[in-house]
Amino acid sequence: MTKHTLSVLVENRAGVLARVSSLLARRGFNIHSLAVGPTADESISRMTIVVDAPELEQVKKQLHKLINVVKITELDPKSAVEREVALVRVSTDGQKRSDVLEVATLFDAIAVDVGVSTIMFLVAGAPDKVNDFVELVRPYGIADLVKSGRVALARDQKNRKLRTS
Amino acid sequence: MSTISGAQAVIKALEREGVEIVFGVPGGAILPAYDPLFDSPIRHVLARHEQGAGHMAEGYAWATGRVGVCIVTSGPAATNLVTPLANALMDSIPIVAITGQVATTSVGNDAFQEAYTTGITMNATKHNYFVTDPDDIPDVIHEAFHIAATGRPGPVLIDLPKDILNAHLEWHKPPKLDLPGYRPTVDGHPRRVKEAVKLIEEAKRPVIYAGGGIIKAGAAENLKRFAERSNSPVVTTLMGLGGFPGDHDLFLGMPGMHGTFAATSAIQKADLLVALGVRFDDRVTGNPDFFAPHASVIHVDVDPAEIGKVRQAEVPIVGDVGKVLEQMLEIWGDKPAPDHTEWLEKVSRWRNDNPVRYDQQPDGPLKPQFVIEELYNRTGGDAIVVSGVGQHQMWTALHWKFSRPREWINSGGLGTMGFGVPAAIGAKAGAPERTVYLIDGDGSFQMTHQELATASEEGFPIKIALINNGVHGMVRQWQTLFYGKRYSGSVLGRDTVNYPMLAEAMGCVGIRVETPEEVGPAIEKSLSINDRPVLIEFVVDPDEMVFPMVPAGGSNDQIILGPEDLT
Repeated sequence: MTKHTLSVLVENRAGVLARVSSLLARRGFNIHSLAVGPTADESISRMTIVVDAPELEQVKKQLHKLINVVKITELDPKSAVEREVALVRVSTDGQKRSDVLEVATLFDAIAVDVGVSTIMFLVAGAPDKVNDFVELVRPYGIADLVKSGRVALARDQKNRKLRTS
Repeated sequence: MSTISGAQAVIKALEREGVEIVFGVPGGAILPAYDPLFDSPIRHVLARHEQGAGHMAEGYAWATGRVGVCIVTSGPAATNLVTPLANALMDSIPIVAITGQVATTSVGNDAFQEAYTTGITMNATKHNYFVTDPDDIPDVIHEAFHIAATGRPGPVLIDLPKDILNAHLEWHKPPKLDLPGYRPTVDGHPRRVKEAVKLIEEAKRPVIYAGGGIIKAGAAENLKRFAERSNSPVVTTLMGLGGFPGDHDLFLGMPGMHGTFAATSAIQKADLLVALGVRFDDRVTGNPDFFAPHASVIHVDVDPAEIGKVRQAEVPIVGDVGKVLEQMLEIWGDKPAPDHTEWLEKVSRWRNDNPVRYDQQPDGPLKPQFVIEELYNRTGGDAIVVSGVGQHQMWTALHWKFSRPREWINSGGLGTMGFGVPAAIGAKAGAPERTVYLIDGDGSFQMTHQELATASEEGFPIKIALINNGVHGMVRQWQTLFYGKRYSGSVLGRDTVNYPMLAEAMGCVGIRVETPEEVGPAIEKSLSINDRPVLIEFVVDPDEMVFPMVPAGGSNDQIILGPEDLT
């Protein structure tokens, strides 16, 4: 099924996350990832929700019925910046360490915790990049993995030429 | 600085909203609020069960168009409210429910009578509040009434912990609404409205498909004018009955699973469906793939999520249906009504050749449809009619000619058996000068009949026509038709309960009717008693079925008109 990214501004109140996730479950929409945090205006939080759905119209309309939902934008990957962070603990037994470090360098992944037989990397970037890194280190043995869920913002449509990434 | 308690603030805020009556059951956590209620001009009606209190608030809201209020305690009281809340959400009934909660210091500790009320009711309310600061009480109550009554109406719950009710606050100035995410659209988009009018002008076989939204929006008058102006036949859903005069020449009845042949067929043959305040419910559409196959759709609804949910609309219009009809009438202006002679002749023929029918033999078993027609004739149709859920509800919808809004109160979307008795009490509370006649089934009735004691004690002389067939009739009908007459778990027993005696035991008048000739006099007697509730038990034929019928999930082109079509 197609994945869609929604950027949802909600009132920063207790229970809003439960309302949103419960509504999506009730209406039968599968959440691929959901990231939430405050915006510059502390009374408003932004949720970035990636949902599996054939079409988004119903999801958006149903979400809009929640009193605490202020604004919903569907983000087109072509005109939005989408990023993800992952922490990956990779096994580095024996001879594997330098190979793993070489892959990490290619992906700008930073070693954030170094153990006797594992290294934990922080990798950030576009979702595809993060996925690719995970797939490349998988053969060495992934001991632990956590992803932040996607965060995204629309690009500034008025300043297309200034785009730097 | 003078302060008042949270509990006093609750009652004061209810008074400020113009509340005149609340339906409730007291208990531990809500007790602080009951103390100032004792001194308030607001009347409290003590229900026998919290579900009853909730349905009473719904009946009151239906009958009056105002927000109904119920108030109960925490834990089991709040969970007992879930059914009325879900019912109000489905049928867009504006109610505010106030629940007590254990003290904030105990919340989450599995305290006595603690339930996670806001969590449990999240999907059974339009919105709910868990109040943790007494200062919030006045604004929260104001917001709750605003949310319940505006846009698509619905239930709002306010959960109030006991320590918040006992804490003090400064009663402040006029309340404010802080709802940045809630701005219901009222006016239809002018371009869309213009498109809609154009489609209606060009249509050869238009049908106006009107629902509960007409009643909620107070749009019955505008609907009548528009139907006449555009010369379009009208069907109304179960929820919309009374939104258009039942004896009007353009009226075809209710469409759908148990709809009239004319209403259901007109939709199937229409080239344009003007859908006003409806949601294309499965009980109307049957299999949506076969529903109104030749029609373009104009869909007007105040809830944007209903538009395109089941059926894509060629012209979607978000807005208050009364306001949009006004806009359409304005654009229509003095244009003459289109000539739909051929179409109107056809649908009238369908209506006249296929009336809803039944066969009452003078010496045969009593037929429920005969009882309902007698009730209609003897009241002159001048009554607020309430029903439970099941066969009796469908017979009432088919045989009573509803002509005015808010005279038909029933549970549609959720199909809540047991809705009848408490909803009738709520309706009587809201319209004490009217005759309120509950037409109930024995199955529905027994789910909430303890509220007869409330009706007697609190002085609500409702009238009840109890259609006793001794079975869960709609279930039995399906078992007859689709399960080889294997009546698994559907027999209640027609003689098990002595209903007149039950009524008398609860302070009501009880009458039993078993033959057709007793029907009229019993109804006349019920109409002459106005100091107590009256229950007439009509002992009817358990094998009577509701027709017309389109089996669930079937195509509306295949209507079973009566038992003779079954072989």
